[in-house]
Formats: sequence, structure tokens, C-alpha cells
Amino acid sequence: MEKHIRLPLTEETARSLHAGDTVYLTGTIYTSRDAGHKRMCEALEKGQPLPFDPADSVIYYVGPTPAKPGQVIGSAGPTTSGRMDAYAPAMLSVGARGMIGKGARLPQVIEAMKKYSGVYFGATGGAGALLARCIKKSELIAYEDLGAEALRKLYVEDMPLVVIIDSEGRNLYEEGRAAYLKHHKK
Amino acid sequence: MIEKLCIEANQQLPKDVRQALRCCRRQEDWEIAQGVLDQIIENSEIARQEQVPICQDTGMACVFLEIGQDVHITGGALSEAVDEGVRRGYERGYLRKSVVKDPLRRENTGDNTPAMLYTEIVPGTHITVSVVPKGFGSENMSAIRMFKPSHGLSGIKDFILETVEAAGPNPCPPMVVGVGIGGTFDKAALLAKKALIRPIDSSHPDPFYRDLETEMLEKINELGIGPQGFGGRTTAIGLNIETMPTHIAGMPCAVNISCHVTRHQTEVI
Ligand code: SF4
Repeated sequence: MEKHIRLPLTEETARSLHAGDTVYLTGTIYTSRDAGHKRMCEALEKGQPLPFDPADSVIYYVGPTPAKPGQVIGSAGPTTSGRMDAYAPAMLSVGARGMIGKGARLPQVIEAMKKYSGVYFGATGGAGALLARCIKKSELIAYEDLGAEALRKLYVEDMPLVVIIDSEGRNLYEEGRAAYLKHHKK
Repeated sequence: MIEKLCIEANQQLPKDVRQALRCCRRQEDWEIAQGVLDQIIENSEIARQEQVPICQDTGMACVFLEIGQDVHITGGALSEAVDEGVRRGYERGYLRKSVVKDPLRRENTGDNTPAMLYTEIVPGTHITVSVVPKGFGSENMSAIRMFKPSHGLSGIKDFILETVEAAGPNPCPPMVVGVGIGGTFDKAALLAKKALIRPIDSSHPDPFYRDLETEMLEKINELGIGPQGFGGRTTAIGLNIETMPTHIAGMPCAVNISCHVTRHQTEVI
């Protein structure tokens, strides 16, 4: 199914998405990789606020290349999500609802997604130039010292994504492959 | 020259990879996989036209120098010259600086140096320079194993499939697979890396390994992982094997995984 979604990602919208859906996302998202997640989780442990309001937010796991003069942002494809698995349940527990990345997730992340109605989206890994075209605004909001890993607020338009794991825990990595193999064994 | 090669390698996919992607797109009959391959092909065209990096992971700069033995290099240290080229390329090409000074303490060097430099002395009067930016999403899924000779061919085949299976969706499939067999622990890994640089439309000169390359690529593409791991035929667009003599007691095998953004640029001085 093809769906056009406007952010923020409410619980209701999140629950309407299913593994395998193609989604075009429009709205504000936040970027973070391992180093940024580590800091945010340390802040949460100390009871300090995050650099952005996590409620119904979507976090894009990306470390873009530097923007050329005149560009909004450099190439900006997803990084391997597994490195954020240690932090994702904590982020979901404070209201973050969507994650954009690539690659497999641990069972504890999927459990947390079911509990808090989270969605894991895939962007095409390696398609950094194409994805950058959907990013219309980029603003550095925290952890500037982390360079490519600094926290950014992005405005995206019709960002092409696929739902990999939905809020019921259904997983395209398993189902898509099984469907393909079944179809080709006939 | 290294500056230029760093930038070009990151913006332009080599011809062999472009052709392999198109060929796989024609053979792909699974809808979601076709869509992903179309995006990947479009992305590489955007990168080339707009002169921006194909992928945001502009990698560690692996540099291979084949130095003719009659060449005399003057005017300073060769490794410093290489690092300076990388430094300029990553700065002027707006490439991401993805190298940390220390593996455990993890402070960024800020300029993507040092290069991973390999030199080899060859006959002749020229220097062949190859720049291979290597991303770590795929590098992290690579593996090496010291087999007993008794494990034989089937041990190697299983290991290649196991490594691709374990990599799954993480290395941005479709992948390119480099296999190094023989030598010592370290040589096998280097052979696997070199296998990734050989054009993917070329074959091993020995028919035995040429057939093994074909067979393993077919087997990988029967796994069903597909582009991005969403299911489909195209799990890998190429597989190269490099081999060398080894010890009577051993059979090292390394599998270096790369992605559809397998980059390399070469020039001769
Ligand atoms: S694995 Fe390759 S395509 Fe994927 S992010 Fe890394 S360099 Fe880019």
C-alpha cells in the first residue's frame, strides 16, 4: 500500500501502518546516530530534558556529508540501525514513535515498539543523493561538537520509505523474503 | 591526484558496477525489489550529475599503490603525501570525515586520515594509484575463518553463504562479495579486499575458481534476501574470488562484504 503521511506521527497513524507499506513522509524529523543517542539517554537517566520534544517524533539515523555551498544538506542516506538498539527502547518509552534506518533490529526493540506503538521505517541504504532531495530544511539543534553526528532538525517532503517493522511486530525482512521464496518455489 | 580520485570515486560509480546494477534490474521480477533497484540507479545518476557523494558514508580511504621498481620518489615521505591527498579530497569534495584516532577512545581525526595504505613493488617505471573508499555498514558484516584443509570446498561454500546470510539487510544489499582464500590470516583478508576492487564483470583466470564464482553468486541470489533485504532475487550483483598458495596445515578464508556503492578509481602516473 502507498500512503502519504504528515507528521507528527500520532499513535493512530502509527497503528494504521503495516510492514511492507510504501510511505511518503512530510514534516519535521530529527537526526541522530550512536553518539547522539548515547547523550540523549544519559540526559534521560539524569532526568534532564531532550534537545527536542520526543512526543510523536520520528528520528532518522543519519550522518550526512557536509553541504556544498547552496545545498540544504549533503548526501543523507540511513545508517545501520542496529547500533541504536541499545538506546531505542528508552527513546520509545518517552514518546518517540518512528525510527528511520536500515538493517535488522533486536527483539527488545521490537517488543518496545509493540508496547509503545512504534514504527520502524527503512530508507534505501546508499541512496544518499536521492534522499537529500527530499530534505527541504536543515537546522543544527544540539551536540554540534559531534560533527556529522550532531543533532539536526529536518523538514522533509515526500521522503520515500518502506515500513520494515510495524507496531504489531510484523517484519518485512522476514515476510518479504518468505513471500519471494514461496513465490519462486512454485 | 589522490585528492581528485577520492572525490571522483565518491561521486561516480565505476562502469562495471553501473552495468551490473542495470543487468540485475532487468533480471529482477519481484516488485518491491524493482522499486529499490530503480532508486539505487537513479541515486547514482543524481550523484554523478550534481557531483555529490553517492552515499553519505564516504568511507575510509583505502589506497593501493603499485610502485614500479625503477621509480624513485623524492620530495618527502610517500605516506604523508597520500594522507595529504586524502585530507584535501575529503575537505574540498565535501565528503564525510568518518575516521577516529583511536579504536576505543573514538575521537574523530577531523580530516578522514590516515588512509589505509597498501604498497606493492612491481616491475616497471610507473605508479598505479587506486583509491577505494570503503563504507563500514558492509565492512562490519565481513568475516574471516581459519579452516582445516579437511573442510574442503564445501566448507568454503558454506562459509560464504553463512556470511551473506548473517549480513542480511545490514550492508545495504545488493552486495558485492569479495572472497580471499589462502595465504596467511592477514593475506586472506587482503585478498578479499582486492577481490572487491577487481571489476565485477571479470572472472578469475583459473576455470576452477571462475566456475566457483558463478556458482556462489547464483546460490547467493537464491537466498531471497533481495535489495535492502525486502525480498527478491538481487542479493548480490557480483562475487570475485582471489587466491594464493597457503600452508599444508591450513586454509584461511576471508569474506569481505561491500555494498552496491562499491567504489574504486584508478590512475597511472
Ligand atoms: S553499506 Fe555502502 S551503501 Fe550502505 S551506507 Fe555504507 S557505504 Fe553506503
